[in-house]
Amino acid sequence: MKLKTFKIGGVHPPENKMAASTPIEALAIPKRVSIPLSQHIGAPAVPVVKKGDDVKVGTLIAKGESFISANIHSSVSGKVFAIDTVTDTTGYKVKAVIIDVEGDVWDESIIRTPELAKEIKLEPADIVAKIKSSGIVGLGGACFPTHVKFMVPEGKKVDTLVINAVECEPYLTADHRIMLERTEEILVGIEIMKKALKVSRAIVGIEANKPDAIAKMEKVASDFPGTEIQPLKVQYPQGAEKQLIKAALNREVPSGKLPLDVGCVVNNVGTALAIYEAVQKNKPLFERVVTVTGKKIKRTANFLVRIGTPVEALVEAVGGIPEGTEKIVNGGPMMGKAVVSPEISVTKGTSGIIFFDKSEAKRKKVSNCIRCAKCVTVCAMGLQPYLLEKLAEKNNWEELEKLSVTDCIECGSCSYTCPSARPILDLIRLGKANVNRIRWERSKK
Amino acid sequence: MDGIILYSVISLGTVAAVSAIVLFVIAKKFKVEEDPRIDVIAELLPGANCGGCGYPGCRGFAEALVKAADKGSIAGLNCAPAGGEQMAKIGKALGLEVTALEPTVAVLLCGGTHEKASKKTDYDGPSKCSIAHTVSCGDKGCPHGCLGLGDCVTVCAFGAMYMDEKTGLPVIIEEKCVSCGACVKACPRKLIEIRPQGRKSRRVWVNCRNTEKGATAMKVCKAACIGCGKCVKECPEKVQAITLDNFLAYIDPKKCIACGKCIVVCPTKAISATFEPPAPKPKPVEEPVKSEKKEEVKEQQQI
Amino acid sequence: MSRYVISLSPHEKGTYTVNTVMWGVVVALIPAFVSAVMNFGIRAVAVTAVALISCILFEFLIQKFLLKTEITAFDGSAAITGILLAFNLPSSIPLWQVVIGSLVAIAVGKMAFGGLGKNPFNPALVGRGFMLMSFPVDMTTWPVPLKTVWNWNITDAMTSATPLGIVKEGLAKGEEIAALAAKTPELWDLFIGTIGGSLGETSALAIIIGGIYLIYKRIITWHIPFFYLATIFAFTGIAWLVKPDAFFDPLFHILSGGVMLGGFFMMTDMVTSPMSVKGQIVFAIGAGIICSAIRLFGAYPEGCMFSILIMNAFVPLIDKYILPKKFGKEVNYVG
Repeated sequence: MKLKTFKIGGVHPPENKMAASTPIEALAIPKRVSIPLSQHIGAPAVPVVKKGDDVKVGTLIAKGESFISANIHSSVSGKVFAIDTVTDTTGYKVKAVIIDVEGDVWDESIIRTPELAKEIKLEPADIVAKIKSSGIVGLGGACFPTHVKFMVPEGKKVDTLVINAVECEPYLTADHRIMLERTEEILVGIEIMKKALKVSRAIVGIEANKPDAIAKMEKVASDFPGTEIQPLKVQYPQGAEKQLIKAALNREVPSGKLPLDVGCVVNNVGTALAIYEAVQKNKPLFERVVTVTGKKIKRTANFLVRIGTPVEALVEAVGGIPEGTEKIVNGGPMMGKAVVSPEISVTKGTSGIIFFDKSEAKRKKVSNCIRCAKCVTVCAMGLQPYLLEKLAEKNNWEELEKLSVTDCIECGSCSYTCPSARPILDLIRLGKANVNRIRWERSKK
Repeated sequence: MDGIILYSVISLGTVAAVSAIVLFVIAKKFKVEEDPRIDVIAELLPGANCGGCGYPGCRGFAEALVKAADKGSIAGLNCAPAGGEQMAKIGKALGLEVTALEPTVAVLLCGGTHEKASKKTDYDGPSKCSIAHTVSCGDKGCPHGCLGLGDCVTVCAFGAMYMDEKTGLPVIIEEKCVSCGACVKACPRKLIEIRPQGRKSRRVWVNCRNTEKGATAMKVCKAACIGCGKCVKECPEKVQAITLDNFLAYIDPKKCIACGKCIVVCPTKAISATFEPPAPKPKPVEEPVKSEKKEEVKEQQQI
Repeated sequence: MSRYVISLSPHEKGTYTVNTVMWGVVVALIPAFVSAVMNFGIRAVAVTAVALISCILFEFLIQKFLLKTEITAFDGSAAITGILLAFNLPSSIPLWQVVIGSLVAIAVGKMAFGGLGKNPFNPALVGRGFMLMSFPVDMTTWPVPLKTVWNWNITDAMTSATPLGIVKEGLAKGEEIAALAAKTPELWDLFIGTIGGSLGETSALAIIIGGIYLIYKRIITWHIPFFYLATIFAFTGIAWLVKPDAFFDPLFHILSGGVMLGGFFMMTDMVTSPMSVKGQIVFAIGAGIICSAIRLFGAYPEGCMFSILIMNAFVPLIDKYILPKKFGKEVNYVG
């Protein structure tokens, strides 16, 4: 099939997918896990266990109480050591359930047989309820509670399900590996999602730099009518929700609106796998694939990790922190977060851990804007990053609101391209935060 | 030639005259009538247009004062740069009685110098506290501590702040500070507080805002408040100015009498003051009572 | 344990830097420099060298002693200003005038506005405009190409008018187009550049080679040169079609004068051109109209410099109202 892509903007950072041929391996269960109560967009979950409680793998340990929230399940069996604050990626403290591990006893309701369960027995409403009770959130990195996406409000129609298997971030290969190793389960998961949304069409977008995954998915998808595999041009940010919908369906989500407003729902391919496991095997979300990689690393890995595992355990399993590492990134290099110390735990949104050495860690020296308009050319949302940066520096929030700064998807293409190495995205983020604050204050009046 | 000069003079002169008349008429016809008191009050204000009062410039504040005076009271309207005495004069000019407010000054509530809180990471990005606050907990490792990038110094319109390179913390010059509150708004961690200057500039405050447990706080900063509560106990019973909440002590400036006793007992030296604390009470020397008695008996026996 | 670096994303950086842009333009100017040396010899080298060194030196001195800011004089932008200024001058220009022109170009045209990236007008053209007003005779004395290669002192006998100069003076005197066509060089000479004129503007071929290099390296896009030249071609073409005995043909117009150099190197200067593709097209068309108007109806034989400076003044307006294409307008869906 011809390669489709989004039309405006985009950059092409080096792919560095050195972990692409490393099969998934299950990481040994650590001695203690710290499961944060806020691993998703929305209100943190409320703990339903207390110090001293016994838990099994899959036991509900925290409940999502508000509309946009998610349940959290234990990823290990043992005793709750404490409900205390732990450090997150950025060094701030978050509340977490800390469990001392004893054995690996799973909850009885989880079906552990490996056979593929193709028949979908649940009705759509029950599927959505199952997704909600299993604590499934978007595994692409944003961690939006999935069941909310499936609750289509009155007046909106959905005709297509779009599966995001693009993985446009350099270095990350988790989605690539699950497409190669768990293909049938993913496709059944997509069927479940189609049934829940009551649509008959699904498009899986995969970037063309994964030809083996595209071939395997196409082969298996021939048994699942209604699901199309669409190879996409290798361009960043192909995997951004709005850009993916433009490439796959040629529909543009208007400013301030959602994919629902153009008749589609977008989910990550990892989420599809998690939905299969939840609906067909009663397995809630408590583990995920994490890519550990870097240019100087001893060996790359795609670990299947239990949520709450300390990152130090992953580091040890790949032979320690590589020599000369000056920056560790949680996520991908374009949108991930720099880690303050490896004493953090893996959450539902941890897609990868990347080690950068001296040559890549620090930013280049900042000089004046030379008005080359490269940032305007690469902006995938058609904004004017140079102007947004200048206005944010001058604290001109009103003007920024008029220029739709909140449309920015924070993909980082502008900062990546800028020849003067200006911190464009840093200042745009400051602008977005203040414009959102002003809008919130205005709505309160 | 003469004709040209005459024509030029007449034509240009006419244009000038007509323009002058038009401008004069318009100025008179569309003149905005303003209360003459606003001019008088505006003269009495400092004219710095710092916005600390919350109104657009000194003229805006003058208008607000006149409006409030007509309603009977200018309570709640204060110009910190003008000072208490000048506000009293303004009140008098408006025909009201005004009591001068206590002088205040901005105080930084963080003691995390480079020496006490060493750098644990290297922040790489724009030198703005508002941005650094969102990137990580800060190079010093304390999620509540001063980031040292000087947003407060930049925003001070009165030159009352500078960044001390040795300590990495901003310094507030008491004489120049007018309590306009700009630094308070600029700090993303709310580390600056407007506190009363104190009698003879004597004031005491807890130099920390960390609400972590003592051990966690001490790991990143040696001058952190660990919430031990010794200061609360030491504060004289009649005063009771110190409260402990979330492992953090806070001195209420309205109650504090600046005796300095709490400064001495703080184990991490987290309480700071603008004066030298009183010398710690000398511990009473323990004298062995038994041996004295024995000697007395011996003496008696000898006699 | 060394400290980890913390920053916001993105944690990767593209290879494009200010240096690659600036030195890329310098490399693209080499063919034009070669043609200048072939035409005008040692004086071409001297004028270019003096302009280049003066511009860098003045920027360094101003930054170090006057403004006391960071020294960025060696990032390549002053070098480009110097080279482009030299390419806009005749080879017979006295070197001390070149120095003054460089001083004005850097001090007034660039540093007075705040340095790199802050100036609204093309600094080389500011310098050239100043020199044209201050030294009108020296700035309009054109040495004969190929004949003065080894001459340091250029006498009157060694000078002649440029092709456009011949046309303007001739039409003013009332001469016939056919007669003038005989006096002006052939189109092939205009293309190769064995004609009189400023150092860099003579050879259309050399400039096009440099321009293609810049487009290939993605330092500039094709829109500005194409629309500038196309507009001049169209404007002069229409005039020529309407009155063939009063105007020269459009091919003559785009190959002579400074429009090639202007279109590929001066108008595409990043700092002074608009930030969106649509804006750049408007910018180029506007400049093309002004240049053609000055050439056909104005007092000056060449309108390129003025057209660029005038349109530079409009760039902030263009940037404010002509915006890049935003995402989210082509919804293609009816709910």
